[in-house]
Amino acid sequence: MEYTDKVMDHFQNPRNMGKIDNPSAVGEVGNATCGDIMRIYLDIEEDVIKDVKFQTYGCGAAIATTSIMTELVKGKKLEDALKVTNANVAEELGGLPPVKMHCSNLAADALQAAIEDYKNKNQE
Amino acid sequence: MELIYMDHAATTPLDQRVLEYMLPTLQDVYGNASSVHRKGQEARKLVEEARSKIAEVIGATPREIYFTAGGTEADNLAIFGVAEALGLTKGRHLITTSVEHHAVQDSFLKLQEIGFDITFLPSDQYGRVNPQDVAEAIRPDTILVSIMHANNEIGTIQPIAEIGKITREKGVYFHVDAVQTVGHIPVDVQTMNIDLLSLAAHKFYGPKGIGALYVRRGVRVKPHIYGGAQERGLRAGTENVPGIVGMGKAIELAVAEMEERGKKEIYLRDKLIEGILKIPDVRLNGHPTERLPGNVNVSILYIEGESILLSLDLEGICASSGSACTSGSLDPSHVLLNIGLDHATAHGSLRLTLGKDNTEEEVDRVLEVLPTVVHRLRVMSPIWPENLLK
Ligand SMILES: Cc1ncc(COP(=O)(O)O)c(C=O)c1O
Ligand SMILES: [Zn+2]
Repeated sequence: MEYTDKVMDHFQNPRNMGKIDNPSAVGEVGNATCGDIMRIYLDIEEDVIKDVKFQTYGCGAAIATTSIMTELVKGKKLEDALKVTNANVAEELGGLPPVKMHCSNLAADALQAAIEDYKNKNQE
Repeated sequence: MELIYMDHAATTPLDQRVLEYMLPTLQDVYGNASSVHRKGQEARKLVEEARSKIAEVIGATPREIYFTAGGTEADNLAIFGVAEALGLTKGRHLITTSVEHHAVQDSFLKLQEIGFDITFLPSDQYGRVNPQDVAEAIRPDTILVSIMHANNEIGTIQPIAEIGKITREKGVYFHVDAVQTVGHIPVDVQTMNIDLLSLAAHKFYGPKGIGALYVRRGVRVKPHIYGGAQERGLRAGTENVPGIVGMGKAIELAVAEMEERGKKEIYLRDKLIEGILKIPDVRLNGHPTERLPGNVNVSILYIEGESILLSLDLEGICASSGSACTSGSLDPSHVLLNIGLDHATAHGSLRLTLGKDNTEEEVDRVLEVLPTVVHRLRVMSPIWPENLLK
């Protein structure tokens, strides 16, 4: 697979990998059938992402995209974090091979799922 | 870092002795093997020598060997060639299995698309087809049975001789894709009752882009590439002299050294399998004993194949996987799905295929590296049981 050096760096040294105990919210996208699952844990204080962690099942692209996404949104306000798209994530990595642009590039969706979870919990 | 190449089912390195034997054909022996003059005849002689060696090894006569540009072309020629030769007279029904290489599978899907009736036989959990199923699937309008000798992914060896007995009795042509077996385990078109057989040189330490189709005398096959009269009209185009000559030398060496190499590979294979199965939640894919000497294929649960390959590659280990993320499609390998694996288990497949130069030290190194790689990826995985949400 022709990955950029940046993808390989995030694959080898993933940032913010792991879980948060008692997270404010959790989001997960993908399924084992398609081969990529991304789970995001958020620690949110006053609508700011204080901490973010991820766990990913999938290929090199799936791991690298979730890793770099956590860097992009850590410390951000929720409204700004929500502006990050899957395309931004791929761009930050210096691009992805075309076949990886779909199910392996869902990190922003996973984040949005986590923020959705947060909003649902805090409506009650 | 020392490189460890364990992807011999994908391709093998060119044997140094084969390279040396080929060199004159890339230099002085430049004649067109169809030319009347001495330069042409010099090339022709080498081409015919290669043809004879190949024939001898598989129990055929030289006139039954037709050179092609590799295994894929040989498979296509056998399948479309028979379909065209008999499709308008004897019938339009062909039988194959659900675990064939894409070169065979996609050829049958194309025939199906243009109106032929294709039976895809199932395999058991090890990837083996039941000869009885073949017997029952044959009809009066069946014109071809095509079954691979051994599977390129999981290494499972099919009961070819038993099937050959059935097709011969019923008078149906039998094509065997032996791309993974020639030079690795015995292949004999006589005792196995094979009518058409595909070979590719790059799987037995020969050059890439050269292969052959054996066509039993009297078996009707239509050409697919039109042009000159080369290969007695069945395969037009100026002969690939260096490839053909390399293939002849490679098959001679591979078969001469087959027994010894096979023993070594089986020892290393079984050591690898035993070691890898010590990692928790790993299963062996393919048959425990009826498998190619060099083939190891396992599914490592909770992680995905491409990330295993990348991690191994960073350690200098070259391997392969049937995961969707390595196939370029959205589905994992059809072979793994057809032996009953669910998608996740198929995505976690790892294939290590051994060759003549692999050593026990290399096997030990893989067994040292792999558990660490697996653990690192599992710690990252949301579907690893320890990471499941409470
Ligand atoms: C079983 C089988 N058939 C056919 C082929 C295709 O051969 P080639 O790559 O020479 O076209 C291969 C090799 O990939 C194979 O393993
Ligand atoms: Zn992927």
